[in-house]
Amino acid sequence: MTMTITQQLITIIMIVLGTMLTRFLPFIVFPPNKTTPRYIQYLGEVLSLAALALLVVYCFKDVGFLTGSHGFPEIISVAVVILLHVWKGQMLLSIAGGTLFYMLLVQTIF
Amino acid sequence: MIQVVERWSWISLHRNQNFFLILLKNCSKGVNELERHRICAAFSAAFPYTTPILAGFVFLGIAYGIYMNSLGFSAIYPILMSLTIFAGSMEFVAANLLLGSFQPMNALLLTLMVNGRHLFYGLSMLEKYKRLGKKKHYLIFGLCDESYAINSTVKIPDHVDKGWFMVFVTLLNHFYWVLGSAIGGIFGSFIQFNTEGIEFVMTALFVVIFVDQWMKEKKHEIAIIGLGVSIFSLIIFGGQNFILPSMAGILIVLTVLKRPLEKRGAISA
Repeated sequence: MTMTITQQLITIIMIVLGTMLTRFLPFIVFPPNKTTPRYIQYLGEVLSLAALALLVVYCFKDVGFLTGSHGFPEIISVAVVILLHVWKGQMLLSIAGGTLFYMLLVQTIF
Repeated sequence: MIQVVERWSWISLHRNQNFFLILLKNCSKGVNELERHRICAAFSAAFPYTTPILAGFVFLGIAYGIYMNSLGFSAIYPILMSLTIFAGSMEFVAANLLLGSFQPMNALLLTLMVNGRHLFYGLSMLEKYKRLGKKKHYLIFGLCDESYAINSTVKIPDHVDKGWFMVFVTLLNHFYWVLGSAIGGIFGSFIQFNTEGIEFVMTALFVVIFVDQWMKEKKHEIAIIGLGVSIFSLIIFGGQNFILPSMAGILIVLTVLKRPLEKRGAISA
């Protein structure tokens, strides 16, 4: 670990602060009887999905597609997660199934 | 109250609820009889709604605790982070941030982006959380996806105190999440099997939420913009530096395309 304890604490505090800001801000900025600007409403609607897409890509930031296993275990396991989820639609099953499958792949084949 | 309990015939559920109720009764000894009855009734009404979350949060929390443990963090990290951050996906990302170099502003901006959806939850709960006094502060603090999902959709019976009902929904979810993280963090080091690859649980979580959203939306422009801009920026800037450019890119593209997107009906409203 490259950070000192203090730096870790500051990082965690920033994350707490950021999270609390997203939760408290609407209640601070918009008193109950004021209407929300259109652009903010629009961002509220579209940003969550776009940010989720960013998170999915974020998980692949350290996968070397040109070296090692070329990201095959990751791609196959994501496919397993998607198939399981479209087929059964049970969140926990899809997550547990996909993770166990990935662990099996990286521990035995790749 | 007895009627509410009877509806839930699952025995272990019974025991759990009775345990919590006894605990609650002991904790509220100073409060007068009527108020205590009101609080217990709200708890009994709220608990059944949180049982699916109980399973989900304890499972994911354990996975999160084991994951943190596998990265070399002691149990106090997942416990404290679950208590104070209480936003599952961000906590997984936080684990990664803690392993990287010290960039507090980056952490703050990424948090705002990842948790930006809470703004939307807040906007739609402005009315419901009004006039709840001190309870309001905790309710807003604990406004995670699952608490929002329950508190915004459940029709609370008239005889149940709405403020206490929503507090218990939030509090129970908070408790399940911290409990799971604690179990995973504390017992993670005793696990005998090879945990290599456990980090994939984060990818799986995000993919599942993404697929859920994808299937819910009729048009997929926004999801594709998010994916496209992020992948493009990952290729150009590399894994260490791609997040800020991605966020800026997404904001710009969504702002520029606001009109066409609204015209095409890519937005539900």
